[in-house]
Amino acid sequence: MTAAAVRFRLAAPPVSGVLRPRLLAVCLGLGLLAFVLFCLGMTVGDYPLSVGRVLAALVSRGDYYDQVVVYDWRMPRALAGLLVGFAFGMSGALFQTITRNPLAAPDVIGISAGAAVAVVGGIVLGIGSGVGTQTLGLAGAVLAAVVIYVLAWRRGTTGYRIILVGIGVSWMCTSATAYLLARAKLHEAQQAVGWLVGNLNDVTWSQTTPLLLALAVLVPVTLVLSGWLRTLQLGDDVAAGLGTPVQRARFLLLLAAVGLVAFGTAAAGPVAFVALAAPQIARRLAGVPAPPLVASACTGAVVVLGADLLARLVVGLPVGVITGVLGAPFLLWLLARANRAGSGG
Amino acid sequence: MTVELRAAGLRLAYGDRVVVPDLSLLVPPGRISVIVGANACGKSTLLRALARLLAPRSGQVLLDGRSVHALPTRAVARELGLLPQAPVAPDGLTVLDLVTRGRSPHQSWWRQWSSADEQAVTSALRATDLADLADRPVDELSGGQRQRAWLAMAIAQQTPVLLLDEPTTFLDLAHQIDVLDLVVDLNRDEDRTIVMVLHDLNQACRYADHVIAMKSGEIVAQGGPAEVVTPATVEDVFDLTCQVTTDPVSGTPLVIPIGRHHSTESVAR
Repeated sequence: MTAAAVRFRLAAPPVSGVLRPRLLAVCLGLGLLAFVLFCLGMTVGDYPLSVGRVLAALVSRGDYYDQVVVYDWRMPRALAGLLVGFAFGMSGALFQTITRNPLAAPDVIGISAGAAVAVVGGIVLGIGSGVGTQTLGLAGAVLAAVVIYVLAWRRGTTGYRIILVGIGVSWMCTSATAYLLARAKLHEAQQAVGWLVGNLNDVTWSQTTPLLLALAVLVPVTLVLSGWLRTLQLGDDVAAGLGTPVQRARFLLLLAAVGLVAFGTAAAGPVAFVALAAPQIARRLAGVPAPPLVASACTGAVVVLGADLLARLVVGLPVGVITGVLGAPFLLWLLARANRAGSGG
Repeated sequence: MTVELRAAGLRLAYGDRVVVPDLSLLVPPGRISVIVGANACGKSTLLRALARLLAPRSGQVLLDGRSVHALPTRAVARELGLLPQAPVAPDGLTVLDLVTRGRSPHQSWWRQWSSADEQAVTSALRATDLADLADRPVDELSGGQRQRAWLAMAIAQQTPVLLLDEPTTFLDLAHQIDVLDLVVDLNRDEDRTIVMVLHDLNQACRYADHVIAMKSGEIVAQGGPAEVVTPATVEDVFDLTCQVTTDPVSGTPLVIPIGRHHSTESVAR
């Protein structure tokens, strides 16, 4: 299960650490694969382009019309797929590591459900019709996270309580969403369901740019904070004994995880199972004990881009349907395996 | 490298339930102290407070005269180590990786494997006899090996004070003795101050320099095993009549409990 690690130490600058060749290779491979899928995604459409022409347009060469098609029409969608997958993968890895539970993902513990109820409420009740789906999704996700954190607080939080409270909040939000859908007009319900399954179809730069800016801040912050995960994985008491400010560390890491998933959901809706599955796939690929952040993020990007490509090429469905169809058996497999091992996974 | 650990006027509570009303304690530096007492007497709570895991309602825990709650937690972690009861490692985490994480209070993000880290980890693995198992996942080890791995993590932290909460729980007798012998090595060879909670009174007598007997959140008696572990104290602390004789191996007190059954004629009830 655990892959080899290389320990290194430089004399000057005095840098030392542990390198995992397999993890590095997995990150590079997945990053490359994500880029290939990103380019491939931009070749598909009413105006077919070759990969060569996409690449030429990317570096601002080639036909002017090609550049317009690539930059104005197709890149927002492809980039959104890449970024949403990246954000969901990293967020899932954070949630699973913080709670020490492979089933903890934003779509299981109520964050996505909170975004959903806000967006569907906006569509059906017309609340905040001016602010748009994106802002509502963002607000719903953050509000759900705040409610979960506050309800789970008893002189500090524990990962277990966050999951239990989160599942409760998730069910409440899902019921509310179902109620709203039931009283919606047909065209409203259609619009709402289109968003609920996770959809990259109508993404433009107005959805992609805020996501890009948010990730430009959140990803580096997450990577800086991630040092605490090494001790938090050992349990609260051990982590505290090793000098980790447990409550502060967990709060900031959860904040980063919620931010990642909230911006991703705001852009494309709750694309099912990515945040749950990507970290577990990455963990097994890299042969490491806990979900690796960057590799999970790259896996998420590959899954979303691949599913979106498949959705458009083969079946013409929204991306969330494909990830759901592929993710459900994966979840069952994970559950079966966790039960056999007699632990959380 | 001895450091003085002291509790002054500690009041400890969970919510409205006061577990320790007012407790003061000086942990003898460079010695092994063992806290004993009946279930729910507050001994683990006291240990958690000493390890700054539980903030006192009033009073303070002082490390060389400075309050552990006022000091940066990483600075405390370089002086005071803790092994909680029955810790759980993530699946697939290797022994080497676990022990290396014991170094985290000494590390920064660019310095994760200094020569001091390597030396501390190597010597912790050697002390716990785990060098050959360094690359094995912790969850695949036997109970005794696993507890040694966690101890190795705490050892690699290289703190002058080490707090152990029931380090022998869930181990068979041979592995219990194994772990306790290791604790004595740490104390004698490296001059570390040890405070541990133990359930077994006879082991406490054999391995402690200083026994602290607790009842209802208060220290009833403390001192050398022979002073503290007497039939009167045991009756008071555990509500159990017993005879105390001498351990033929170590010469320390040996507690023989008297229950309601199986006593011979000569035992006065």
